[in-house]
Amino acid sequence: MNDFGGVDDLYRDFILDHYRHPRNAGTLENPDATFEDNNPLCGDRIRMDVRIAGDRIDDVRFAGRGCAISQASASLLTEAVKGKTVAEVEQLSDEAVLENLGISISAVRLKCALLGIKVLKSALALKRG
Amino acid sequence: MSARTLAASPGLSDGDVARIRVDFPILLERPHGKPLVFLDSAASSQKPLQVIGAMDDYYRRYHANIHRGVYHISELATEAYEEARRKVARFIGAASAAECIFVRNATEGLNLVAFAWGRRNVRRGDAIVVTEMEHHSNLVPWQVLAQETGAALRFVPVDDSGLLDLTQLDTLLDGAKIFAFTAVSNTLGTVNDVALLAARARAAGAISVVDACQAVPRMPVDVQAWGCDFASFSGHKMLGPTGIGVLWGRLELLDAMPPFMTGGGMINVVRLQSSTYADVPARFEAGTPAIAEAIGLGAAVDYLEAVGMDAIHAYELALTRIALDRLAEVSAVKIYGPPFEHRTGVISMTVGDIHAHDLATILDSEGVCVRAGHHCNQPLMEKLDVPATTRASFYLYNTAPEIDVLIRGIEKAKGIFGIA
Repeated sequence: MNDFGGVDDLYRDFILDHYRHPRNAGTLENPDATFEDNNPLCGDRIRMDVRIAGDRIDDVRFAGRGCAISQASASLLTEAVKGKTVAEVEQLSDEAVLENLGISISAVRLKCALLGIKVLKSALALKRG
Repeated sequence: MSARTLAASPGLSDGDVARIRVDFPILLERPHGKPLVFLDSAASSQKPLQVIGAMDDYYRRYHANIHRGVYHISELATEAYEEARRKVARFIGAASAAECIFVRNATEGLNLVAFAWGRRNVRRGDAIVVTEMEHHSNLVPWQVLAQETGAALRFVPVDDSGLLDLTQLDTLLDGAKIFAFTAVSNTLGTVNDVALLAARARAAGAISVVDACQAVPRMPVDVQAWGCDFASFSGHKMLGPTGIGVLWGRLELLDAMPPFMTGGGMINVVRLQSSTYADVPARFEAGTPAIAEAIGLGAAVDYLEAVGMDAIHAYELALTRIALDRLAEVSAVKIYGPPFEHRTGVISMTVGDIHAHDLATILDSEGVCVRAGHHCNQPLMEKLDVPATTRASFYLYNTAPEIDVLIRGIEKAKGIFGIA
């Protein structure tokens, strides 16, 4: 297991900034894809709304509440996926999401860090049907 | 450690606690290079050498299956297993050892009652009453029983101070077959008046089922004085190992109940098409039980009795008083639950808008172990309107200086999140 000895490394300024000031926060009217899920361990909740133009993510918004890790991770994710193709997002690996997050996450907090991508992929899968 | 000197004092002295701590080898661990400050005993307590040693001794010297072998070490194992049952029975004031069924944990005990008593006695049109402060383990089995039988599920509300609101209790109990409630809230630390609730259930013609998980480890318990019908608790919260718990029930109720699980060890005569079942308690202990764990639980009871449950309870309340007073001085800390006189050593809190998991992660970096989340109590958390709380709980091996470490950790978290 990852020993993330210093919490200063976990709660870096940019993580706290995304937590306090989440990017792409809110909801979309008539989204092309939407999904909401929670992490039963801690009650973190995230909803993702997606607008799709052609085969690309045209806009994405997220709403939710939870720990700094889950909310900052979702915020960073929305920035990263805007403009990408749906197929690219569907193939996004957990490792890539964690790399984009840029901090080392202990095993017990992985579900927090990956809740956003899980919800986003569920939204896209639901649209595909 | 001398049982007599400890039992004579209202609580535990610093010297008593120092001697107790020597018995818990895990307290020497240093997570993240910091002394371990274990404030999560309400989830699962640590184990003294006496418990670890009793299980080790069984495996090294006399491991064999019980109630089967006619050879010497099987007799030793059977005797140790049954001696553990007698110790538990004495510890909780049961009328006889046969009233104590060994189960895996409190959850299994509650499911056993819901399955074996509930399915035989609850019908459509009946009611099952529980409270809003129940752990999921004392809620979901009753939800399932209600769904399967068509019985109504009713709830005793929790008021804003974290106490049960009993103003409508008699109306709620009208037509009820079962009243299931906790003795102590695992989330708020609220101590309920079990004797009163059990009496009200009886007056209404309902059986009372007590989740005694948080009570048996931390206060003297006498199930006959409680006057309830069933009580379930886990060994691992009371210095014992995981995988063992106890369902206590009044003998005449247990006697009339069909088995929960079936198989070996719980039968009398087996034919190909049908069988007759063993007497209580064997009827409810199908298959080879957790022998080592039962012996370990017996050793845990010995340990708790040697220290004295009155002393443990008094000491835990003293720590709770100190913690509540100290936390009240820390800005941005909000404590949930009732006033001190209705509490035991479980404190749920939030700190500003720091999420419980973030706070717990930062406390962990200081060696402090706390519970963060909804404490298997989602409906209550929704009522409190918080996503999750951080819970500190105390036991006989905790100290006042450890509360200082907790508070320093909270201040560190406030610093990281920029909270004044």
